[in-house]
Amino acid sequence: MRDPAIIRLLLDGRRLHLNDGPIDLIIEADGHATAIRAAYEAAARRFVTILDELCAELPLLRCRSAHSSPQPRGRIASAMSAAVRPYCERHFITPMAAVAGAVAEAVLAEMTRAADLERAYVNNGGDIAFHLAASRRYTLGMIERPDCPTLFGSVEVSGASSVRGAATSGWRGRSSSLGIADAVTVLAETAAQADAAATIIANAVDLPDHPAITRVPASEIAPDSDLGAIPVTREVGPLSASDVDTALHRGAQLAETLRDRRLIHSAALCLQDRVVLVSPSTADASYCWDGLLRPSAATAHNPLAPQRSSHHA
Amino acid sequence: MTDAFPPDTVRCDACPVLCYIKRGHAGACDRYANHEGQLIRVDPHILLDRAKSQGTPLVPFLERDSPWDGQLLAQRETFITAIGAGTTYPDYKPAPFIVSSEVDGVDMVTVVTEGIFSYCGVKLKIDTDRHLGPERNLVRAQGEPVGHVTTAEYGSQMLSIGGVHHLTGGTKSEGRVTCETLLDLCNGKEVALTIDEGASITVAAGKPPVVNGQREERMRVGCGSATIGMFAKQWFDKVDEVVVVDDHITGVLSEHQAGKMLGVRETGIDIQGQRSTPGRYFQVAQPGTGWGGTNISDPLTILKPFKVKSAWPGLRLLMVSTTGEQFAYYELDDALRPVEKDLPPALRESVTRIRENCEPALTTVLFMAGAGGSLRAGVTENPVKLTDSVKHSLTRVTAGGAPAYIWPGGGITFMVDVSRMPENAFGYVPTPAIVAPIEFTLKKTDYASLGGHMDSVRPLQEVLREKERQRQIASSPENPWPLKPPAPGSHE
Repeated sequence: MRDPAIIRLLLDGRRLHLNDGPIDLIIEADGHATAIRAAYEAAARRFVTILDELCAELPLLRCRSAHSSPQPRGRIASAMSAAVRPYCERHFITPMAAVAGAVAEAVLAEMTRAADLERAYVNNGGDIAFHLAASRRYTLGMIERPDCPTLFGSVEVSGASSVRGAATSGWRGRSSSLGIADAVTVLAETAAQADAAATIIANAVDLPDHPAITRVPASEIAPDSDLGAIPVTREVGPLSASDVDTALHRGAQLAETLRDRRLIHSAALCLQDRVVLVSPSTADASYCWDGLLRPSAATAHNPLAPQRSSHHA
Repeated sequence: MTDAFPPDTVRCDACPVLCYIKRGHAGACDRYANHEGQLIRVDPHILLDRAKSQGTPLVPFLERDSPWDGQLLAQRETFITAIGAGTTYPDYKPAPFIVSSEVDGVDMVTVVTEGIFSYCGVKLKIDTDRHLGPERNLVRAQGEPVGHVTTAEYGSQMLSIGGVHHLTGGTKSEGRVTCETLLDLCNGKEVALTIDEGASITVAAGKPPVVNGQREERMRVGCGSATIGMFAKQWFDKVDEVVVVDDHITGVLSEHQAGKMLGVRETGIDIQGQRSTPGRYFQVAQPGTGWGGTNISDPLTILKPFKVKSAWPGLRLLMVSTTGEQFAYYELDDALRPVEKDLPPALRESVTRIRENCEPALTTVLFMAGAGGSLRAGVTENPVKLTDSVKHSLTRVTAGGAPAYIWPGGGITFMVDVSRMPENAFGYVPTPAIVAPIEFTLKKTDYASLGGHMDSVRPLQEVLREKERQRQIASSPENPWPLKPPAPGSHE
């Protein structure tokens, strides 16, 4: 029995909520009222067929990516496949690693095609595609633990930079991770690229054979997981500071390589309250990471985080 | 392919992904799950269903999707809880659901909202006589301070967990761990805590506490002195002396008023500690996790040598703790030294009876929070009138349908027993703060007069038609039905 897709405005009257099966999008556009309406209608129209398009090719999208992999037919599936291809030689990765980013991107593209927007974002469970006019900015808050989140930092992106996608991966998230990072947030030119890279970097933040880490075959959690019998992280016990640094360093090294290959712009890696930042290769004034090293300032951009003096109840 | 999966794996047909979901797990959407072999929906807005006051609290969605519309309201009463309703944040909007319904001929309104509480915490009552740690010492989770030891109560130890200073006044990590600890405790999950200079405990709402790895089975039947009083008659003639070891008041049969009344002979026993009144001793040892909440494992360490003048060889001595869990039987040798012997069958019965008269030891979790300005503004344009109305019992406050106790004095500071609330009723926001359901139920006429958002009132039937994201559960039989109109001037 299929549930119908949900298409509705959230209670604030500004944001659009689209849901179909596992796809859950929160969308917001800034611009003229008629432009926003046109963009939301375009988003909804595009949205309603996405799940069926993807499911039609699901077996292929769940297979390990290789240079010899067949080309998927759907546009979103092709974008997923293209986003993971650069990793296929050295890493186990399937196109599903980029599904959230690719869907966000596809919906955003319809919106900007339908209307002239100042700013817009499509947030697909933390994997975000955004549109920015040159003079506009977005501030993204970052959380490391979805089960009990606090902001560990924020990043401000301006339209002048080429960053248009952000994604976060970690073992506590909705998808399984091979690594132990609480969260790896990646900025890249597209959301699909960011999504694939965040997966790969989060997998690399790891301490193989460490006794404090519990792993189980992915198929034991979800019988039809694209990761098959590969062990995925289920629990990470407290780690010593040097272990945390070792694991973060491994992830950061890979992130630097990906940055130098121009697959990503920058990344923030978080594990047990320690954060490592892999900065953009050239000093890029068009965006800046904030709060990562100053925890007390980390809440500054969060609308839900009141100032110390005015607690909400 | 299906055959390869365990028999209790279900295939979800809610969307074309068609996930195979193992027992106890959720599908890719995190919204459908396999609960004991049944496919259920796990995220929606929760409605309490009065007709099904017994039975399974979760309704399989296939069953729910069978014909079910407003007509059922004729036979069943439904109360909309705030679980999953959403909040009034930021500050100026009416509550997400303001629902009218007619109950026993009276038009009632329920204002349903989820509050974001920075000013909140839980009070833990841990039924144990074991010493958990000195009063005022820090309670930690994952090494972070999340609360403190407060008073010892009768047969139990109170801990205070959370509060705004731990949530937002300390380090980021302290706030996060505090939020996580509160969330787990409120949602009935097991939480490991350590107390500075004290015990390590594992607690969960409604379950026996585990102290230093040992599961607490029973609360003591009474203090040592009370135990002597209760059992003196059963011991008389079967034993010459009984010591009930208790960290608070250790009782001694031959000296105790109850023993004197029965004519128990003086035994020459000499107890460590500070004598309060005859047969009652304070501080026989240090507090601890041994016998009767003391630190002793060998009860003889609280005895000084028997007085030669009164004691006699062969004197029969029973030592027992206040829960009957520990006991030892001795007879004095010719040098008047106690020698341990098997407990005679006649005494075994009395020890068993002490144990049987002890209630099961539990951990209870009361959530405590204050409804602040923005939450009250979501209910009425005149927040102080809501406070007045609650104080005068014209407005009933519930949390997920469970009755809330309202503290006297200013504001709406309430406490609720989390065990009486539906499963997983609590959430969080990154502030960090706890999100808890709260419902205000009052007569429609009263709601209008306190400046309620009358334009936002919707009939219950209309809300129920949006079954898209709703889930019906049975109301807990121990909770009063939240929609009953309050009697004028009643105080509940």
